[in-house]
Amino acid sequence: MKISELSPVQLQQRLHQQGLCIRTGPFVTRVHTSLTAAVEGIGLLYADYPVADEDDFADFHIRLALPRGVRRWIKPQVLFLFDGTRTFKPLPADQAFPMFEWGLNWCVSSHAHSYLIIHAAVLEKHGHAVIMPAPPGSGKSTLCAALARNGWRLLSDELALVRIADGNVIPLPRPVSLKNASIDIMRDYAPDAVFSRKVSDTMKGTVAHMQAPADSVARAGEPARPGWVIFPRYEAGAGTRLTDTPKARAFMRAADNAFNYSLLGERGFASLAALIEASSCHEFTYSNLDEAIDTFNRLQPQVPLS
Amino acid sequence: MTPPPLILRAFRQPEQLSALDPAEWDLLIRQARKANLLASLHVLLQERSVLAAAPAGPREHLAWADALAQRHMLAVRQEVSLIRQALQACAVPVILLKGAAYVMAQLPSAHGRLFSDIDILVPKERLDQVEAALMLHGWAATHHDAYDQRYYRTWMHELPPMRHIRRMTVIDVHHAIVPDTAPVYPDPAKLRASACPVEGQAGLLTLAPADMVLHSAVHLFHDGELDNGLRDLVDLDRLLRHFGSQPSFWPMLIERARTLELTRPLFYALRYTHSLLHTNVPTEALAQATRFGHPGNATLALMDALFSRALLPEHPSCADRLSGLARQMLYIRASWLRMPPLLLARHLFHKAFLSPRLAESAP
Repeated sequence: MKISELSPVQLQQRLHQQGLCIRTGPFVTRVHTSLTAAVEGIGLLYADYPVADEDDFADFHIRLALPRGVRRWIKPQVLFLFDGTRTFKPLPADQAFPMFEWGLNWCVSSHAHSYLIIHAAVLEKHGHAVIMPAPPGSGKSTLCAALARNGWRLLSDELALVRIADGNVIPLPRPVSLKNASIDIMRDYAPDAVFSRKVSDTMKGTVAHMQAPADSVARAGEPARPGWVIFPRYEAGAGTRLTDTPKARAFMRAADNAFNYSLLGERGFASLAALIEASSCHEFTYSNLDEAIDTFNRLQPQVPLS
Repeated sequence: MTPPPLILRAFRQPEQLSALDPAEWDLLIRQARKANLLASLHVLLQERSVLAAAPAGPREHLAWADALAQRHMLAVRQEVSLIRQALQACAVPVILLKGAAYVMAQLPSAHGRLFSDIDILVPKERLDQVEAALMLHGWAATHHDAYDQRYYRTWMHELPPMRHIRRMTVIDVHHAIVPDTAPVYPDPAKLRASACPVEGQAGLLTLAPADMVLHSAVHLFHDGELDNGLRDLVDLDRLLRHFGSQPSFWPMLIERARTLELTRPLFYALRYTHSLLHTNVPTEALAQATRFGHPGNATLALMDALFSRALLPEHPSCADRLSGLARQMLYIRASWLRMPPLLLARHLFHKAFLSPRLAESAP
């Protein structure tokens, strides 16, 4: 069953009472909340996601709740509880949905150590994944959203999961997080896409989320082989430029952007080395989205799929 | 009567876990995570060859915890070797305590145990020298407040924790295993005299097996920090199972508890490992520990009520209406055991009224 098959009342009841078990990629998250902003956001952006059986095992148990005391009424706040434990500082209540997204990223990146987890946007075409590790502000999410609207399958806009057992890139398609100017750029670029409402004054500025394409969500069970590791950089007015980057340098930069590289020790090194080895590595500067997509569409994988 | 929490059932009889349904596995993993015991559970299931019987989802979580624990053990070994290097010039015997000792002595309790600080024991008269050597190698004091410094240095059994400025690792340097101000005071010289060298690590020692158990017991039953209560009880269980396979261990343990005046914590340790984790304690040893360490009947009834709650994971599924109260009462009891009443009153007064004001007026 998909979340969209629940009526708004049923959805609210589930989130309120027994919890809603959402399947995203390899993980099941049981969510409890009675906050309107969170219920709305989940109903809107997770409509296409499968509901997992509530008697089944869930990976993460989270609750978005109002604190006790005056902060429930005056300048209300929202708490993110990981199985009852407060893991973050409370945020203003209208940030409940972004907090759900950030919290879910934290759940995965701080637990799922059967994957090498890189802070990166990931998309796929013809079985090959392009991994784009980048710090905030590099235009990674904007580029990711545009590619996801132009024939590339969205695997994730935040977390590249490289399965240690076989080196496959595992999809975790979730809403794409857009910040500040990117929000209006994407709204103009993809007027028929579904966006959450803007939330301002968050720690990342104004944020909004774009729904993941339904096809990406439906194909969340199909892994991809490594294809490219590309370090994107948005630069106002710059021409579109794709240049090769030495593998050793790509390795170090990807390691810098990995959450659990050092935790995984030798296995982390081996997984990242295999990933870089199998990928062609580039730096990419852009300012024009159409040209950027054009460049990506001409990419050829280093090793064709056998 | 309500059945015991899943986490206790798991440590008592891991073989029976294959009968759990997915919802029960879900709860077990959550309880184990909350108790900091996921990686220990992984090791236990591996040892008993029942890991493969666990469903894929829970098994994945156990493997995640194992990855973290493996990394942790490596980090502990590295940190211990850096501490050894830093203290080499002092030529002081360094006794590793608790987690670091389990790791370096390769005891079964080391597997899957996560802890944040390294604890060492050195002679009191060498404290200054050890502190200076550590500072020279990058460890710095964490408590700068003058009162805190005095609190540790005058009354406690350890220096204020020191943190390495680059690695951010923390070391606790002890000169005894209980505070100077506590009514019972096991003589550190006796502990040091029986310490055992760590194989292949010149200059490093651990407490003797019986002393290790007694230290673990005094830490758990006198310290009041029960956030990891069940994890510490599992440590005791594993130490007792490991050392207790030698029949000569038990009479030695009782004897040692009497010498070090630690018969009360030993009594609690045997009582609660036996009742909560079904640790196999020989009847004779339990009888002896009872004879020397049994508190008054009313006290014991109260302690049973408190520890049977506070030793469970702080997870809603393991709590009743009295759990919070039990933890608070044990915390107060621990402060009581640490200091004589007047000193305690003075300490609490300072912490409640003077420390906050000083913090406010600080630049």
